[in-house]
Amino acid sequence: MKKITTNSFAILAFVATFIFATFSANANQTRENVIKRGSLNCGVSQGVPGFSNADASGKWTGIDVDFCRAVAAAILGDANKVKFTPLSAKDRFEVLKAGDIDVLARNTTWTLSRDGGLALDFIGTNFYDGQGFMVRKAANINSAKKLNNVKVCVETGTTTELNLRDYFKANKLKYEPVAFTKSDEAVAAYDSGRCDVYTTDKSGLAANRTKTKNPADHIILPETISKEPLGPVVRGNDENWANITRWTLNVMIEAEELGITKANVDTLKSTDNPAIKRLLGLEGETGKNLSLSNEWSYNIIKQVGNYGESYEANVGTKTPVGLGRGLNQLWTKGGILYSPPVR
Amino acid sequence: MFLNSEFKTSLKKNLRLSNLVPQLLLIFFFFFVIYFFANNAQLNMKARNMNSGFDFLGTNSGFDIQFSLIDYDGSSSYGRAYLVGLLNTLLVAFFGIFFATIIGFIIGVSRLSSNWIINKLSLIYVELFRNLPLILQIFFWYFTVLRSLPSTEKSLIIFNFLIINLQGFYIPKFIFTNSHYIIYGIAFTLLTIFLIKYYAKKMFYEHAKVIPVFKISLLLIILFPLIFSLIGGVSINVEYPKLVKNFGIFNYLGGVKLIPEFLALVFSLSLYTSAFIAENVRAGILAVNKGQKEAAKSLGFNNSQSLNLIVIPQALRVIIPPTTNQYLNLTKNSSLAAAIGYPDLTGAFAGTALSQTGKAIEIIFIVMMTYLTISLLISLILNWYNKKIALVER
Repeated sequence: MKKITTNSFAILAFVATFIFATFSANANQTRENVIKRGSLNCGVSQGVPGFSNADASGKWTGIDVDFCRAVAAAILGDANKVKFTPLSAKDRFEVLKAGDIDVLARNTTWTLSRDGGLALDFIGTNFYDGQGFMVRKAANINSAKKLNNVKVCVETGTTTELNLRDYFKANKLKYEPVAFTKSDEAVAAYDSGRCDVYTTDKSGLAANRTKTKNPADHIILPETISKEPLGPVVRGNDENWANITRWTLNVMIEAEELGITKANVDTLKSTDNPAIKRLLGLEGETGKNLSLSNEWSYNIIKQVGNYGESYEANVGTKTPVGLGRGLNQLWTKGGILYSPPVR
Repeated sequence: MFLNSEFKTSLKKNLRLSNLVPQLLLIFFFFFVIYFFANNAQLNMKARNMNSGFDFLGTNSGFDIQFSLIDYDGSSSYGRAYLVGLLNTLLVAFFGIFFATIIGFIIGVSRLSSNWIINKLSLIYVELFRNLPLILQIFFWYFTVLRSLPSTEKSLIIFNFLIINLQGFYIPKFIFTNSHYIIYGIAFTLLTIFLIKYYAKKMFYEHAKVIPVFKISLLLIILFPLIFSLIGGVSINVEYPKLVKNFGIFNYLGGVKLIPEFLALVFSLSLYTSAFIAENVRAGILAVNKGQKEAAKSLGFNNSQSLNLIVIPQALRVIIPPTTNQYLNLTKNSSLAAAIGYPDLTGAFAGTALSQTGKAIEIIFIVMMTYLTISLLISLILNWYNKKIALVER
């Protein structure tokens, strides 16, 4: 017996050190690595329509996908040089920390413990969201306050799981969580009748309702029970990389504010407006400050488009997801999208 | 003893100087590799400002778990979430091992049946369940069988006892008052059985009289607790699951609830493992020399005496060691729970708690140590049992 235990300990120690070793990735040179590799590694969801979803031919679309393409356009000058890695909510941060992806754009909520405790950097918000509930119409429920003794399907390892508990606790209602590692599994379980309620961010509810057998049978309850600012994440040890990704998002928002679109970006090159000239890299040294070429912002707008274009094409009212701009409107138009000055 | 003496001589041979140098080098290399990886990890974690340590176990988890044997909610600590996961793992392993053993023995014996249909049916059973990947069997039970059950309001109700629907199986809960008297009764029975056994042995060796200990014990284990309950005034309250309606949502409350994730796991783990145990049982029985049975017959043993006293004790020696492996496999395979959302050690702790805290190294280490401990304990118990029934050489 003694011999077996010592052997097992040795093997265990060896395996444990192997896990330690997966954390080794070079700090402070994500940009160089991407350029050397010739492509950007981007972590996305396993399929949330409107955010990151692959079609039958394997082509990825969504606002998170557009963000990844914009980063590739900024660094490599080609929005198509992106390798997408679908990740579960549970695995996403470990994969990012291990260095297997350069940026995580996976409808991820920005929280203090993730930003600080996980040694990661959230570089901004590309979708302001909030958690809601979806129930069957037949349940005859029109308010989240009426949910009691219900089974709730939820994705594990998410802020959703934590808010869910807070909500039911605060309202003194009873529930049972049924937690799954993939959002697809949680939706399928809800659709089959395993749960009475499905919960996630409201954008996710709208997107996942399209995946149920009969979307018309389900309603989204009016209450929003949390703040969910969703944004891209990078490792916390590379300031240059955090700046590149942060300002890629800001350029997309600023471009919408200045009225620059994919279609008119070439004609606007001859404009006299200094703000537009600066944004397109015709004046100033915006690229140099980020160790990029001055074409970087032009490439983003030309190849991917501004924030509004990306929004309408992926989650807007004319898409199956069908979400109005709401909070995700420019600050000048009643929303809270606000880019610091690009200068 | 044999193994031990061989080990000693090989150690002596190994200690000769010519052999010593390469062995020392090997040890040095081994520790160097460990040092290299540990050091590497530490440096990298420092470079990333990642804080490490086990303090998080004391902080509150913030998430609920759907199925728990102990009181737990989001205000409990991560340490308690670990305990919930551990108990859920042990629960699945316990029921899995229990059913796998019973089914395995029945099928194993059936494989040797002279009845053609029973024989072939058990052959089909073994080949079917041991040759399909376990994860597929879990998915089959969970997604195909349990997901096609009726909804809550249209539940199948069997004899007003078992309620079956898509959200789980419900049975009444028996609540005993003064339940300690039952325990006294059981303790008293065990003591009596022990004395009877001693007496039976004495009668057998001194007067060649056979006392049917098993039948008497069976009677007593029912009789004594019953008498004790009557004396102590034990009453049984039955709590039936009740259908509750909240707007258009139906729900059974009360009683004992078995969630589909648990059922799917227990079904698939016990069926899969029982196929292997059946083969062990068959091998064990076949390994007993035919002459043993014939000798028993010629000594005037009847069929059940020959089976109980001659065949099974010898067959067990062959059956136990490979069955230990199957028990270990079952326990470790229970970690596939994570695939269908059963909150076991892997799902609730190495899954949910890990992603909520980000303490990958600490949590994986705890979970690995836990599985190792459970496995070593199981093999310790079965090794002890095996030694007890092993052939005593004189």
